[in-house]
Amino acid sequence: MDVSLVQRVFPFFVEAAWITIEISVLALALGLVVAFLISAAKMSRSFLLRAFGTAYVSLFRGTPCLIQLFVLYFGGPQIGINLEPFAAGVIGLGLNIGAYMAESIRGAILSVDRGQTEAARSIGFSRFQTMRKVVLPQAARLMIRPLGVNAVALVKGSALVSTISVVELTYTAQRYIGSTYKPFEIFGVAAVLYMLIVYVVARIVDLLDRRYAIA
Amino acid sequence: MQGLDFSVVPPYADILWMGVWWTVVLTISAAAISFVFGIVFALVVLYAPKSVALPVRGFMWLFMGTPLLLQLFLIYYGLGQLGLKIPALIAGIIGLGLHFAVYNADILRAGIVAVDPGQTEGARSLGFGRMQTLRYFIVPQAIRNTIPAMGNNLIVLLKESSLVSIIGIAELVHAAQLAISETFRPFEFYITVAALYYILNLVLEAGLRQVEKNVEVSR
Repeated sequence: MDVSLVQRVFPFFVEAAWITIEISVLALALGLVVAFLISAAKMSRSFLLRAFGTAYVSLFRGTPCLIQLFVLYFGGPQIGINLEPFAAGVIGLGLNIGAYMAESIRGAILSVDRGQTEAARSIGFSRFQTMRKVVLPQAARLMIRPLGVNAVALVKGSALVSTISVVELTYTAQRYIGSTYKPFEIFGVAAVLYMLIVYVVARIVDLLDRRYAIA
Repeated sequence: MQGLDFSVVPPYADILWMGVWWTVVLTISAAAISFVFGIVFALVVLYAPKSVALPVRGFMWLFMGTPLLLQLFLIYYGLGQLGLKIPALIAGIIGLGLHFAVYNADILRAGIVAVDPGQTEGARSLGFGRMQTLRYFIVPQAIRNTIPAMGNNLIVLLKESSLVSIIGIAELVHAAQLAISETFRPFEFYITVAALYYILNLVLEAGLRQVEKNVEVSR
């Protein structure tokens, strides 16, 4: 175990960890927006919207996230989309996690008792009002856990953007493994930082879950 | 901005098929490792003495909290540092296999705990030893009950196997990269690769549904 190496590279890893956090937070925000739109589309009355939502989820969950990033970043310029690595990473990860989160949201909404919808509709609430005032507030608490699982997966999945040369944790680790030939030490440093981020995410999810738990 | 032209793809059909083939080989080999080690890890965590169970638990915790890509680098370069010069393909299979073994172990552990204690009591009272009880009664039932969850892991494994292209294994993604380096047509080839993964995924899902149905019938 080479302690001086760890001390020397640690500041660079902390900097890289912030990039991992930035990318994850931005992709999470985009993913949530996508997820709400797609889950709404999947539950809409319009056949076209439903078909679009179903196709989106199926395609993004049925192919590797790595390939989606490559299509966007390397293939994008061919169809007039020129993105910086960081932006491509955020958009690619966000569109991908959005498909998974859409299913978490839909699952939560579907597990709200049907009687709630029926009762709200029968006292004159519109479909939209029923969703907004009755179903969603109850579904919100049910989606905290599954969305938290998605968020943790997103943090770990953000390692993929190292392949489109975003200088985040995994990219930094790979570079230092290549230059120092100390894979165990470097892995250790990166692992500590990843687990710290994952731990914080898990704590936030726990807090939210407890805060909004049904008393 | 150039027009899209998918006619560049067919001349590379052979290379892409080789890629599909290697992706399937990789996935099946890694799946076998993840299944066997999943059982081993689950049993160790549940029944081994603390001195053995704790390190395994630490290993599982470490592999669940870090990205697969990072683990692949560790195994590829780490085994090299330990003096084991292994080909990238083997490192990739071991990396994928161990990563998913950890997730399978987590599922199986819960599955083993969930088997009715009456099964153990019954087997023990018939004179089966502790190991025999596990081997013939508990583990088979746990495996059967966790097939859907482990099947989901297998679906994830198929997609994540794309990551081993980064350490230079000539699977599907790598095949596409080869074609792209000659044609400069990333969009067409990556879309083709995505379609191939999608088809593989559909086949796998259909296969798993069939397995689940058979298990259901044999109950």
